[in-house]
Amino acid sequence: MIEFLQQLINGLAQGGIYALIALGYTMVYGVLRFINFAHGDIFMLGAFAGFYVGPAVLRITGLSPSFAAVLLVLPIAMLACALAGMAIERLCYRPLRDRPRLTVLITAIGVSLLLENGGQFVFGASPRSFPELITDRALALPASLGSLATLTITLSQVLVLGVALLLLGGLRQIVGKTRTGLAMRALSLNPTAAQLMGVDLDRIIALTFGLGSALAGAAGILASIQQPSIDPLMGIAAGLKAFVAAVLGGIGSLTGAVVGGLLIGVLEALVVGYLSPTYRDPIVFGVLILILLFRPAGLLGRFQPEKV
Amino acid sequence: MNLRLLPALLGLALLAGSAAAQEVIKIGEFASLTGGNASFGQESHKGTQLAIDELNAAGGVLGRKLQLITEDDQSAAGQAATAVQKLIAQDKVVALLGEVASSKSLEGAPIAQRNKIPMISPASTNPKVTETGDYIFRVCFIDPFQGTVMAKFALSKGWKKIALLTDVKQDYSVGLAEFFVKYFTANGGTIVRDQKYSSGDKDFRAQLTSVKAASPDAVFLPGYYGEVALIGKQARLLGLTAPFLGGDGWVGESLLPVAAGSLDGSFFSAHFSPDDTRPAVQDFVRRFRAKYKSEPDDMAALGYDSAMILADAIKRAGGTDSAKLRDAIAATKNHPGLTGVITLDAQRNAAKSAVILTIRNGAYKFQESVAP
Repeated sequence: MIEFLQQLINGLAQGGIYALIALGYTMVYGVLRFINFAHGDIFMLGAFAGFYVGPAVLRITGLSPSFAAVLLVLPIAMLACALAGMAIERLCYRPLRDRPRLTVLITAIGVSLLLENGGQFVFGASPRSFPELITDRALALPASLGSLATLTITLSQVLVLGVALLLLGGLRQIVGKTRTGLAMRALSLNPTAAQLMGVDLDRIIALTFGLGSALAGAAGILASIQQPSIDPLMGIAAGLKAFVAAVLGGIGSLTGAVVGGLLIGVLEALVVGYLSPTYRDPIVFGVLILILLFRPAGLLGRFQPEKV
Repeated sequence: MNLRLLPALLGLALLAGSAAAQEVIKIGEFASLTGGNASFGQESHKGTQLAIDELNAAGGVLGRKLQLITEDDQSAAGQAATAVQKLIAQDKVVALLGEVASSKSLEGAPIAQRNKIPMISPASTNPKVTETGDYIFRVCFIDPFQGTVMAKFALSKGWKKIALLTDVKQDYSVGLAEFFVKYFTANGGTIVRDQKYSSGDKDFRAQLTSVKAASPDAVFLPGYYGEVALIGKQARLLGLTAPFLGGDGWVGESLLPVAAGSLDGSFFSAHFSPDDTRPAVQDFVRRFRAKYKSEPDDMAALGYDSAMILADAIKRAGGTDSAKLRDAIAATKNHPGLTGVITLDAQRNAAKSAVILTIRNGAYKFQESVAP
């Protein structure tokens, strides 16, 4: 039983990472009806931003590895990724906006390959050791929990879930309560009508890419704190899993992306812990196929029949 | 100019050209210079290059200079085959040195065998590598020996309950675990948990949680350094305190920095220790430091040995004829290598001793030497 609960905790922490990446997929899909396949590589850029900025921040501020260090590096990496995401949108996707959606999709695959191989060229192909921003340790649980006190919850796991939930809350505020958010929702509902009502299409789409990429950047930092070995190809697997999570939760739905991410994380931990890691990827991608066959709108998505 | 002379002149030029080409002996090397196992390739390449440079500085072999042509297989599946193809077909190398990882050597070996180009692997320990054919050699010990050494070591420490954590994508890891289990269970030990992972994984908490639940005396982890470091770190966070045991795949530049002390008190079998007091080893360590400003590891020493054995064989064969060269390599006997005295047996494997190293205060320390 303890082992099972431990696997759940491990899965939720990994799922938090998937959830943050999945949010970006889902937001871009919401406004553009297009899957940004380069999104997983933004996650990788976030990790490398932390790799270069982290030691500099520690040196300049004289901080030892701590929460404060994470809180300083996190926004810098998020900003870097937001700029990268917006630049990619401006240079690669905007010129193609009136072309068939397939053209943009193929361009996204091209951008993804460019970032992966360009990353190997610029950062080097070997795995790098991520700087220690916070000393990870197991948290002492109160003995009053009885046998549950033998569970291990690490600082980084709490950090991942905490930051993921905070960012989700912030995102819901932006989308639900601000004028920009209103414009995003309007665009997602009916782009033509939204533009007629004075919504600045270019600006809103750029902001959507910026927000989504910032979340992927945060995920890059959080994942690297948990698993301090980073390389330019680390975004491929994480990006694909997060894509499955977004589809599972219902693409276009923010809460769905988070629920999907956590579910995929837990599913992976259980498969690896009780079956074998060789079944992990077949089962995760099997879920994608089943969802597409039987519930294409996902768990929390609205089914929108094509209007003829 | 008399046009009738032109063909003759051209012929002369061609002759001169081919004579010049005969001057150098081309040796091909395929290695993982980038990617997940880059440390293996980088280090073995440094050792190999040092040997070639030293041979050339001393006048070459049979009065001819050696040229090392190196191809990077990017640690990626399928690339080793392409690299070997290119070295044989385009560069026309007379012999091949490589790879460190067994899976990569197994890709290259059948191509070398088909073209009858002798290949010497510096560090692939999986038995299947040299079983490919009579042109494939290695200068390291093999997994049955390495697995048995670690099983004996665990039993000598009084550890009876062992959990396994193997990398299912690497022939090396699967093979080592198989031979470890065979000796260990036949001599009174039990395997309390058998967990697996795949190269490139980053999160091992699920497997480690399961291993911890079985409360083993030690964990046998015959993986490669990249994953081993992350596993060590995550194991300690989950409260798994049992020591880890492993093989020569642990040796890589990122092991100690990433593991950050979490592997202290663990043990692994290796080919070479820079602490070895033999004058030849200390001399090599000094020359290596002078050239690369870093410490040589197992892979560097094995790379050096593989190149030296090849050069010695070319000398004894009196040329680079592939059949004669093959026979000369096969006849290698009592070669005084850095990683021990090397004699190639009838299966083209090196029979020699292993060392067991431990990690203490974030550094490798010599534990004991085990004879074959």
